[in-house]
Amino acid sequence: MPGTFEPLPGGGAAVALDDVEISIIRSLAAQLLELIGPGPAEDASADPLAELFADGPSEPPSDPVLRRLFPDAYTDPAKFPDTAEKAEEAKAYSAEFRRYTENDLRAGKREGALAVVRGLDELTMETGGAGAGGGVLRLTPERSLQWLKALNDIRLAIAARLDITDEEDSEILYRLPDTDERKPLVMAYLWLGGLQESLVETLMD
Amino acid sequence: METERTESAEETFAVPEPDVPWVTIVHNDPVNLMSYVTYVFQTYFGYSKDKATKLMMDVHHKGRAVVSSGTREEMERDVQAMHGYGLWATLQQDRR
Repeated sequence: MPGTFEPLPGGGAAVALDDVEISIIRSLAAQLLELIGPGPAEDASADPLAELFADGPSEPPSDPVLRRLFPDAYTDPAKFPDTAEKAEEAKAYSAEFRRYTENDLRAGKREGALAVVRGLDELTMETGGAGAGGGVLRLTPERSLQWLKALNDIRLAIAARLDITDEEDSEILYRLPDTDERKPLVMAYLWLGGLQESLVETLMD
Repeated sequence: METERTESAEETFAVPEPDVPWVTIVHNDPVNLMSYVTYVFQTYFGYSKDKATKLMMDVHHKGRAVVSSGTREEMERDVQAMHGYGLWATLQQDRR
């Protein structure tokens, strides 16, 4: 079926993608890359040891997408802290956690999004360039996992942009009129959900 | 690097109740697919399909589920892994 991942014999997965689908996924992955940023590997000093010891940020990101991708580790989103001291403590612990995890997490998400962009570019090259109609993308088991996580990150990013924070928000978005400017992003979000669902199915059982 | 971090963490934040275990909590969100959440619980924690599905349903219906427990360091590792998968996770000391 077009636009649906199928398991490959011996492991991995494959999906037929047309030009438009390739360009949508590529563009969303590239936007995610841009948002996550170059990270310490590219803007830090040339000394690899210094980079290894570099601390990550201690403040939560200001962008809502990044805040969702890198949430506070000690702040329960559903419970208000009992006391001001507890809130301060959670904030301090979260800052500490962020300092030594966020750089690694950013690097992992960046690699995933890069793998998606490169995989699509290779497919386009193999099949005769953009405008040639697309082709069948084949993923090894390792790449499948990278794609699975990257597709999830892309969907989280779109949802944060569309301000989808509970089930009701998504219900409203499903019924947007065609003239709504959010419609194309909502369509992409829904389609990517189906694509991710088919990919996760190839990895289970 | 590991040693340095641990020392400074202990200096700044003395944990008052060392015997009380810590837990990792995964919170509900409308984006993550039920199948994906189940897959993550199976893959990362090595849980059976039944256990992973039950935890996923708890997240979905109750808004949260305790997915692992242990030392604070272990739970920080689990929370970081969950963030890597895009799941919304936090850790806290289990005072129930």
